[in-house]
Amino acid sequence: MTVDAVVIGSGPGGSAAADVLTRAGWSVVIFEKGRNHLLDPGDPTRPAADYSNDEIKFMHRHFLGPDPFLEPRTFRTGPEEGERSHVGEVNSIPSTVGGGGTHADGKVPRFREDDFRLLSTLGPQPEAAGADWPIAYEDLEPYYAEAERAVGVAGEAGANPYAAWRSGPYPMPPGPPMYGATLSAAAAEKLGLHPYPAPTAANSVPYDGRPACNNCGYCSFFGCPIHAKGDPVALLTRVMATGRAELRPETFVSRIRTSGGRATGVDFIGPDGVERSMGARHVVVAGGAVETPRLLLLSGIEHPLVGRHLMVHFQTIAVGMMAQRLHSQRGRAVTHVHDDAIVGDEASRRAAREAGLPWMRGGMVEHGGASLPIVEAKIYPWGEAHQALMADSPLRERLWAFIMQGEDLPYPDNRVDLDPAVRDVRGFPVARVTYRGRRHELAASAHHGERLQAVLREMGAGWTAVTTSPGTRHVGGGTTPVPESRHVIGTTRMGTDPATSVVDSWGRVHGLENVVVADSSVFVTASGYGPTLTLVALAARAAAGLAGTTLPVVGPVNGSG
Amino acid sequence: MPVWLTDQEYRVLESVCARLVPAIGARPGAREVGAADYIDRLLGAFLFDPPLIWAGGPTSGRAGGEAAFGRFHRLTRLDELAWRTRIEGSRGIPEREFNGPVAGLQQRYREGLAELGPGFCDLPPEEQDAALRGLPELVDLVYGHVCEGMYGAPEYGGNRDGAGWAGIGFAGDVQPRGWTDAEVSGP
Repeated sequence: MTVDAVVIGSGPGGSAAADVLTRAGWSVVIFEKGRNHLLDPGDPTRPAADYSNDEIKFMHRHFLGPDPFLEPRTFRTGPEEGERSHVGEVNSIPSTVGGGGTHADGKVPRFREDDFRLLSTLGPQPEAAGADWPIAYEDLEPYYAEAERAVGVAGEAGANPYAAWRSGPYPMPPGPPMYGATLSAAAAEKLGLHPYPAPTAANSVPYDGRPACNNCGYCSFFGCPIHAKGDPVALLTRVMATGRAELRPETFVSRIRTSGGRATGVDFIGPDGVERSMGARHVVVAGGAVETPRLLLLSGIEHPLVGRHLMVHFQTIAVGMMAQRLHSQRGRAVTHVHDDAIVGDEASRRAAREAGLPWMRGGMVEHGGASLPIVEAKIYPWGEAHQALMADSPLRERLWAFIMQGEDLPYPDNRVDLDPAVRDVRGFPVARVTYRGRRHELAASAHHGERLQAVLREMGAGWTAVTTSPGTRHVGGGTTPVPESRHVIGTTRMGTDPATSVVDSWGRVHGLENVVVADSSVFVTASGYGPTLTLVALAARAAAGLAGTTLPVVGPVNGSG
Repeated sequence: MPVWLTDQEYRVLESVCARLVPAIGARPGAREVGAADYIDRLLGAFLFDPPLIWAGGPTSGRAGGEAAFGRFHRLTRLDELAWRTRIEGSRGIPEREFNGPVAGLQQRYREGLAELGPGFCDLPPEEQDAALRGLPELVDLVYGHVCEGMYGAPEYGGNRDGAGWAGIGFAGDVQPRGWTDAEVSGP
């Protein structure tokens, strides 16, 4: 059996690529190593009913995978720690049909024009392998617009003064603001910042046959029980409805077969544990920026840059204790963000100079986040105080948080490779992540952490504190250096020169032109924005390049901010 | 009646639960909401078919909709391998030891509760607390599960009748009702 394309990974990237290819008439087989809890097994053009408001299943029992026993990863901050310092969960995006889209709370911002040309705009940084992207924002804009329509994005054009230009409005208006966010947004505005409704792939009105979000609050880390989150169920049901796609869950692709500069197919292990092969005219790799380089390395595709330049967003978490209850479990987890730390100002430029840096970039700041009682309870001590703490609920009901998705720069030594000893359940070497923040990330975090605490004080917080993920080991005793971010980026970077990049501007692996990477591995820089919408747009563009169905590129449209 | 623990182990575990999260006034503690049943059903998850690992969806019936949480998910071969290894330990079985031996929850509970001994139940509270402080690894293990048994969905065996949620004023699962826009945006 030889299909037009094998797609490896059913997350937002693989789904977007399969959508374009099936609409172009291609036959596609989608391999997904995790289980299917997203689509109705009897009718895969409809969503399943497996998701629920169940904290145990989603937060404490690995329902969406990966199970860290079956598929561990390993971590170290650098070779001086030896082969690894941690085995278990590392940057674990769900391993399930729908991938990372299933568990996210659906914030889907676009990047800005500058994000694609950081090196030429701002210049180099010490240690970092800075580079411009081989494409510009305007090359991607039609695919951004299409992605927003496909997954259904609620937002308000013009609300963010720093936004890139848009060819049209958001498909839906924003949903209701969360109570705490109304307070933090007002405080941020008072201090000269520019909060705006987060562009969110959760329906604010019925859209594309799916209902409006009913604010249940089980959003981050949960699948949506009513499928009001469009990413990626909207794409996958559309793919399956073409009749040209086959979805194979619980099936691990162990190798891309190559011959004479082309891929010929894949080896895979299905639910029965038996290894088989399938021929393919094209191979689309969309495993995410940890599993994608792992598969390329398992396949013997050993470009020296495969796995390098891993970025995860250096997260700064500023928290403040409020007197009143904020009921953060009602709503979409995060309804407001601001971009001021990305754009920078005189104060941040001064902080960069004082840190000895040519420039400094923060990231999108998320206002708030949902919290649930089991997570809260485990933080409190046992004994007589437990019940009083849970009832008063400082951590779940009164703590307000800003999380800055700090742009981390591409460093060659922050990387994914194959662990020399630890294996997955099928016997294959697991991915090892080597990562630490450098001077740029630490300085930007320190500067913006202070400023975010000032916003919390303006909001009325009695006390404030700041922490980071990955933790920096010199702060306190209990922080862990393993990054908790699920934003993984940059491990097969795109470019025109095969000596300095792994894939070309259409996602094709240099020297293997029928292998396309369709996930955030191809990003050249991380930006300070969540990667999902950009990776969906890039995956759709890469697939359109394969199928010859590219969209026309138009220039900036004035006044559509 | 415990499903996996012996009656004696169950009584010791209940006494541990009562010290980890004591009842305060009218607010029930871990013993009152059945956290020991949650733990017992985790340890004995594979005595049920399907095993009591992942409750069903999309709704529990508590906020409308169908009472579907009680229909636990079937496990795949690999799911079962992971959860049997986690609960039963690797026991020298090669397919469970691809990264080395794993001590199971059953063994850790059985040994820990034996270390406390049946006399634990009859000690005064201060002496119970002192005994627990002497076994920090056991307490870490049990306390995590006690929190799940206090505030997790009742279908897993704890949080009896939602009493854990009611005690802290938490609504629990809310689909398909959700929250109104006013409940989201207002104080």
